Amino acid sequence: MNRYRRRRIVNRVMELIATVAALVAVAVLAIVVLSVAKRGAGAISWDFFTKPQALFGQPGGGIANAIVGTVLLVLMAGAMALPVGVLTAIYLTEFAARRVAVPIQVVIDVLAGLPTIVIGIFVYALLVIGHTQSGLAGAFALAIIMLPLIARATQEVLLLVPSTLREASLALGVRRWRTVLGVILPSSVGGILTGTVLAVARAAGETAPLLFTSSIFANTVQTDVTKPLPNIPVLIFTYSEQPDPALHEQAWAAALVLMAFVLVASLAAKALLARSRRKLVG
Amino acid sequence: MTEGITMTRVIDVAQARKDAKPIEKNDVVFDIQKLTASYGRQPAISDVDLKVYRNVITAVIGPSGCGKSTFIRCLNRMNDLVPGARIDGRILYQGDDLYASGVDPVEVRRRIGMVFQKANPFPKSIYDNVAWGPRVLGMRKDLDGRVEKALRGAALWDEVKDRLKKNALSLSGGQQQRLCIARAIAVEPDVLLLDEPASALDPIATSAIEELMHELKRDYTLVIVTHNMQQAARVADMTAFFSLDVDEGRRTGVLVEYDGTAKIFTNPADKRTEDYVTGRFG
Amino acid sequence: MSAVPTSSPLQARRHRLRGRLGDLALHGLTLAAAFACLVLVGAIVWKILELAGEAFDRFGLAFITGRTWDPVKHVFGALPFIYGTAVTSLVALVLATPLAIAIGLYLSELAPRGVRGIVGSLVELLAAIPSVVLGLWGILVLGPFLAHHVEPWLHSTLGFIPLFGDPQQTGQGLFTAAVILTIMIVPIVASISRELFLGVPRDLEEGALALGATRWEMVRGVILPATRSGVAAAVILGLGRALGEAIAVTQVIGGGTRIGWSLFPPADTLASKIASSYQGAGSGLEISSLMYLAAILLVLGLIANLVAQVIVRRFDPLRGARS
Repeated sequence: MNRYRRRRIVNRVMELIATVAALVAVAVLAIVVLSVAKRGAGAISWDFFTKPQALFGQPGGGIANAIVGTVLLVLMAGAMALPVGVLTAIYLTEFAARRVAVPIQVVIDVLAGLPTIVIGIFVYALLVIGHTQSGLAGAFALAIIMLPLIARATQEVLLLVPSTLREASLALGVRRWRTVLGVILPSSVGGILTGTVLAVARAAGETAPLLFTSSIFANTVQTDVTKPLPNIPVLIFTYSEQPDPALHEQAWAAALVLMAFVLVASLAAKALLARSRRKLVG
Repeated sequence: MTEGITMTRVIDVAQARKDAKPIEKNDVVFDIQKLTASYGRQPAISDVDLKVYRNVITAVIGPSGCGKSTFIRCLNRMNDLVPGARIDGRILYQGDDLYASGVDPVEVRRRIGMVFQKANPFPKSIYDNVAWGPRVLGMRKDLDGRVEKALRGAALWDEVKDRLKKNALSLSGGQQQRLCIARAIAVEPDVLLLDEPASALDPIATSAIEELMHELKRDYTLVIVTHNMQQAARVADMTAFFSLDVDEGRRTGVLVEYDGTAKIFTNPADKRTEDYVTGRFG
Repeated sequence: MSAVPTSSPLQARRHRLRGRLGDLALHGLTLAAAFACLVLVGAIVWKILELAGEAFDRFGLAFITGRTWDPVKHVFGALPFIYGTAVTSLVALVLATPLAIAIGLYLSELAPRGVRGIVGSLVELLAAIPSVVLGLWGILVLGPFLAHHVEPWLHSTLGFIPLFGDPQQTGQGLFTAAVILTIMIVPIVASISRELFLGVPRDLEEGALALGATRWEMVRGVILPATRSGVAAAVILGLGRALGEAIAVTQVIGGGTRIGWSLFPPADTLASKIASSYQGAGSGLEISSLMYLAAILLVLGLIANLVAQVIVRRFDPLRGARS
């Protein structure tokens, strides 16, 4: 049965192709991670985390200032993006009529897809021209990137709340705003937290927005947010463009730190998601 | 599931079926020997011995959860798709062991077709729904003729012949189910397995399907699962009654009695059968 | 049914009023937040266009076809960078799409239970790698590898195709950038595809298999057609990502204004030109020209994003009789 055998072979070949494709993806991930780990491990030391960048030409030094700066930037960005993102999501799921909701949804998806360099230029034009670069401007740019991610995640989890819960609360005579703040929001906290953690992981690694807003920094630890804050992504970027192997090693090490952070954040988000799902579905 | 029809009506119907020829003269299509099917460790049906005869409609009846669907899905190896599903015992299809190593489920399913409880036409045109199977299987000669023959065989041709290119999802529920029957017979199987084919349909559509089954049994062997006793009485030549065996808290489906339909409904040998068909339980 | 006892009617009214104020306040606050999003996008578009104004006044639409970028002579044109963006994005799409669909199919149809979750997570992790890290790896690892092993091989076996010209020494060029972009696009498209494939109703799959179709035939006949529009949207989303990527591309693309057939020499995309030239930009006209590039990039990105959204919202073959 010639036709039948041919169909079986085609099926097998396709299965093979799909499996190989998945293997390729995993292999690339492994190669990148191993490269970073191998080349960066050498520079990892206690000094690396506690000392700021070395003076020009001097060996040693670390990325302490960049770590501090990134932490500050991401925290500020989160503080700006979280309320706006959650409130927008609440508006979309609880208040907006369909005709109003769709355009806003479209806009949020547009925001999510904007090239990050365009966002950087925008914030530059808004806040840096006429003044100087600043951590605040950088944080604002990161916040724009985080906003749609948080809004989407919040929306998803708000929609999971069964309408029977809402109806039950309203039927008791409880006001809308109390229902939202007291019943719906608390049960969605897990999902919101997950979305925020993922947004933070994303923001910590973004370079382009900071290139225009917080990229000219000194090699000292800086906490003044009205001045540019040192940060890990721009540091990696700058070092990667230099021909100095010592700087390259530092760049690899910084990349290792960044990737470790992203990995931990992703795992934490997954764990949070699993936990909050269990609580909601039971 | 209207138990408003009294038992005597069912008996009348069963006895009035004069078209039941002496069943044992026909070939055996399925010889099922000590079949036990389990998902994981819990057996769903246990120790089933049964012969299905050619060109005969065999009904499988019984209370919910007694493994009727599991049984029928063993006959075309659809249970292979469920992870953890296993069978013990043998199913001989025309003398060949269906589950022998080296038997390809793909070939099994070509010969043993299935119609599902809820009509599941592909989101394609009516024509493409019926033509897809033959195309894929290599029966490309005179595709138009095949499609027409299948649609006629399913008593649907006159209703759809002018709109073959329309989306199948635009048909009514009963029409969609007949389309699924057409799709199944288009690949020229020997056997048709029907898993509660009319349970989602209104009475008029149901009787159309039942009439169709009388036609179909001329060319095919039919096995139908139904929870509707009256339907079994109207349609089936042979009836198998499954029930639940509760043993130490574990519930397993077992074959209680298998005989000509008239006998099952008028003079059952087993008390459990009698209790079920007279409506005392289930 | 007796009513819930309240205190005096006056108190009840105050209660209701406070409740209603609360509702209004929440409604207003959330509306303001949603409105702020609208304003934000509008402001971004407005600002970019405003910054590009000077260059637009000077060059008009001819900027788009201008081939020269000369800060000294104050002549600027976008064509080399549009070329760079188009080439890298298209090559990345061509490489990434079949790969991503295959991965999506593997994750939804083939992988055994335990493997499914792990590999799925690993693919998502690939998406989470910051672009600057990927770029670093690209400069120091991928680039040299491509330059010493892949490009010479491609040139010697397929060199008759003008795409594969003379290999470069450093590995910095369009090809490396395209490969990096591929690595970025694949996880995005694969994850979305996987969700789409998993979403095809089980009874449709069973219907196909019950007819005696092989797994692949079921995929080709039922799953892929049913998810056609979703996958297309995912691919366009990936395209949008590729278009807008500035950092990783800057790091590996080498820089230049050449337009030619070969994929190997260095070049620039719209995004990478902005990122690399920004610090050193001298005149106001040069900066404004860079902003003009950003405006073009913005328009392209918006088109890709909106097309993807339209596809998702309008054309879903699984949804009822839309024929």
